[in-house]
Amino acid sequence: MSFAIREGWEAVIGLEVHCQLRTVSKIFSGAATAYGAAPNTQADPVTLGFPGVLPVLNADAVRYAVTFGLAVDAQVAERCVFARKHYFYPDLPKGYQISQYEQPIVAHGRLDIELDNGTVKTIGITRAHMEEDAGKSLHENFTGVTGIDLNRAGTPLIEIVSEPDIRTPAEAVAYLKKLHQLVVYLGICDGNMQEGSFRCDANVSVRRKGAEKFGTRTETKNVNSFRYVEKAIEFEIERQIEVLEGGGKIVQETRLFNPDTGETRAMRTKEDANDYRYFPDPDLLPLEFDNAFVAELLAQLPELPDDKKERLVKDLGLTVYDASVLVSEKAIADYFEKLASGRDAKIAANWVINDLLGALNKAGKEIDTSPIGAEALAGLLKRIADKTISGKIAKEVFEAMLAGEGEADAIIKARGLVQITDESAIVKAIDEIMAKNPGQLAEYRAGKDKLFGFFVGQVMKATQGKANPDALNRLLKEKLAG
Amino acid sequence: MHTSSLKELAAGLKARRFSSRELTQHYLGRIERLDPGLNSYITVTAERALKQADAADALLAQGQGGPLTGIPLAQKDIFCTAGVRTSCGSKMLDKFVAPYDATIVKKLDAAGMVMLGKANMDEFAMGSSNETSFYGPVKNPWDVTRVPGGSSGGSVAAVAAGLAPIATATDTGGSIRQPAALTNLTGIKPTYGRVSRFGMIAFASSLDQAGVVARSAEDAAAVLQAMSGFDPLDSTSVERPVDDHVAALDRPIKGLRIGLPKEYFAEGLDAGSRAAIEAAVKVFESLGAVVKEVSLPNAPLSVPTYYVVAPAEASSNLARFDGVRYGHRCDNPVNLKDLYERSRGEGFGAEVQRRIMVGTYVLSHGYYDAYYLKAQKVRRLIYDDFRRAFDEVDLVLGPTAQNVAFKLGDKTDDPVAMYLNDIYTIAANLAGIPAMSLPCGFVEGLPVGLQLMGNFFDESRMLNAAHQYQLATDFHKQWPKGFAS
Repeated sequence: MSFAIREGWEAVIGLEVHCQLRTVSKIFSGAATAYGAAPNTQADPVTLGFPGVLPVLNADAVRYAVTFGLAVDAQVAERCVFARKHYFYPDLPKGYQISQYEQPIVAHGRLDIELDNGTVKTIGITRAHMEEDAGKSLHENFTGVTGIDLNRAGTPLIEIVSEPDIRTPAEAVAYLKKLHQLVVYLGICDGNMQEGSFRCDANVSVRRKGAEKFGTRTETKNVNSFRYVEKAIEFEIERQIEVLEGGGKIVQETRLFNPDTGETRAMRTKEDANDYRYFPDPDLLPLEFDNAFVAELLAQLPELPDDKKERLVKDLGLTVYDASVLVSEKAIADYFEKLASGRDAKIAANWVINDLLGALNKAGKEIDTSPIGAEALAGLLKRIADKTISGKIAKEVFEAMLAGEGEADAIIKARGLVQITDESAIVKAIDEIMAKNPGQLAEYRAGKDKLFGFFVGQVMKATQGKANPDALNRLLKEKLAG
Repeated sequence: MHTSSLKELAAGLKARRFSSRELTQHYLGRIERLDPGLNSYITVTAERALKQADAADALLAQGQGGPLTGIPLAQKDIFCTAGVRTSCGSKMLDKFVAPYDATIVKKLDAAGMVMLGKANMDEFAMGSSNETSFYGPVKNPWDVTRVPGGSSGGSVAAVAAGLAPIATATDTGGSIRQPAALTNLTGIKPTYGRVSRFGMIAFASSLDQAGVVARSAEDAAAVLQAMSGFDPLDSTSVERPVDDHVAALDRPIKGLRIGLPKEYFAEGLDAGSRAAIEAAVKVFESLGAVVKEVSLPNAPLSVPTYYVVAPAEASSNLARFDGVRYGHRCDNPVNLKDLYERSRGEGFGAEVQRRIMVGTYVLSHGYYDAYYLKAQKVRRLIYDDFRRAFDEVDLVLGPTAQNVAFKLGDKTDDPVAMYLNDIYTIAANLAGIPAMSLPCGFVEGLPVGLQLMGNFFDESRMLNAAHQYQLATDFHKQWPKGFAS
């Protein structure tokens, strides 16, 4: 059930992503940024906006923002300025948010996304600016009042603003996934969408196909999963076309997405939007970088997903599909590279993709909480490679490892799964089976080749699957031939 | 004791002629007796002071401690003090107790100084007469029907009346120098970035700078030195060693080049004040200074520039006082808007509200370029004027104020007339340079202040010139009637 934009119409989509930087402390104070602490336990006087306290910029936040800029081929500003953005809200302690306005730290970047038909599309990144997160208003468990938790206030963010280059909800999701993958690879964001580490606002407008002018746009706020972004944009496109085809007008407004209904609804219009009264923050000097600072960060830039994918295909001989799956998440790629180091990459890739990811998916687990670590799985692959067990037996061992029975070697030993490579033992087993099944033997010898599989199965059964498959095949063929 | 210099007090303490406790009690006694007529303190911290005095005495008894150990002072109530109310002269913070000390409070505590209390001030330092304080106006000890100037009115009144040997103060557009001039004190505002702003409640962040008001340049030098220095908690503080101001005091000033900006001697300057300043110029010449006229062509734009920049920053800085986390909260708010409107409406006085309105206006969409941005450009021109002047001269000399102290209530209904009080002082804040005021005479028994402005980080040279002048004159030694004894 795929979404199609109504005939004759085109959507124009731009995304703003708020990405929390994974610094230990806040952007302008030493308070901790950890998620999930008791309310207001990570709110020091700076976070609380007490009188007389002053912001001091976190150098790691700057490094992360510059790293992001370098990773999207953007210009990193030699000089950028922090500005105050004013509005009154109880979870905004100072009555203004320290952000960047006219001179952001990163501008003119780009990100390539791959579309379903395999083509690559470049999405422009207008800018990325640094700012502090706000706190949270708590409505649950309160009656008649609102609770304020300022633990999140002051957490460093970069707001990444795309060009209006996106045309479909699917492209929007592809862009978001790519961006998410990138910031996690860079190690600048934990990427946890449930905890709000990576949040998206979607600007959507529609226009008649062929029209040059953009239509009036709406902004749907804080959509916190890939699926919701897709749904919200789909809804918004449909809604806007409906309004326009009915002779109505689109109002420039901010809208909220309701995940329960899949609909967006108006939150506030442009008329009652805040006048943010931006001006340069006099408490913070303009930030200036020298080339050496940027060059050092460039040198430290980790391998980016697209580069890694290319290397897996070229150097390790993996298929493009397998490489895509393996680099899709940094944790998977890290796991794979650890596993594949010093052994057959294709076999390692198959185990990760077919066995491990499948099992994790079934168990609803992520790779970083996998019950079988990369080293443990390597231990299993080692026993296949040295022919201690067959590939088939390995599946059994894998299941046992998954169930928490321990390391591969221990399981192989405990269950007596060591492969029988002693040919006389295999021949003995073949002889017994042939003796037990004279009818089938006669049929086989009369030309019913298919029965070969029957004999393999029987011998395997007799040896509890431990017979070395290569040896068994060869010896059985000889024996059956008579 | 209260007529002694800090140096004399330090010598007395060191020789154990009197203890810090005795000295502190002496001042606390004077405050109790004389301050009801002046209103220079918002909070007197007697218990805390005696504790600090005892600690100082313990050090002194062991022959330890520095030149400020055991010497009392008043802290302007704009500096946060852990455990002691910091009101900033406002109802908004009438019950506010900070959980931290301002950096300068820490530094002066560490130097062994004894805080007598928190000095009165214009509300959020917005005023030139100390009449906007929630705690009532401060009276000028030279004539209690007159204002002491502002915003550091409590600091100057306390020192002028001998209710503290020295006091901290802050200066955003003249709030140290103008009140010092009106009360016959020496007040210095150092270079922007020289003294940490951490824990000092912000009025206009790009202009605010802490300093001292004292009975002499020598006293001011000692305490300013202890306050100054880089602070990692203030990103606008400058990482640069502090000069030895005290050691520099005794240098002869022969050959010192002094510039007289012609714009500072134009219309508006009271004739008596002009005469006092011209006489002071002669004294400097007699000490070997070389005097010449200079020009600060953009100086006349200071007041309008300031009244865009300062309110803009103030409107932003004061947004945090919303009744949510601390400070005044209205009774029984019916919703969020009501909470904001009534908390702020009740907590802020009229002058503060006026400046928030002006500041909000000049930063608004569509007005920003015409006001704030343009003001910043003019500010740059004013800065350039000083840069050029300091190519030619070492110090710039002029009046601090147009007139001597005016009557209480005289200008409270005319904000523009009030704002013009700072016509000579604002330029130094806009440029960020250090400036000071020192006594240079009297007009009808009321003190006249002389202003010296120096190049960036040239506090030592300014204090040196002021000290040499004070060795040659005795204006600064005069006391208001009834307070010397």
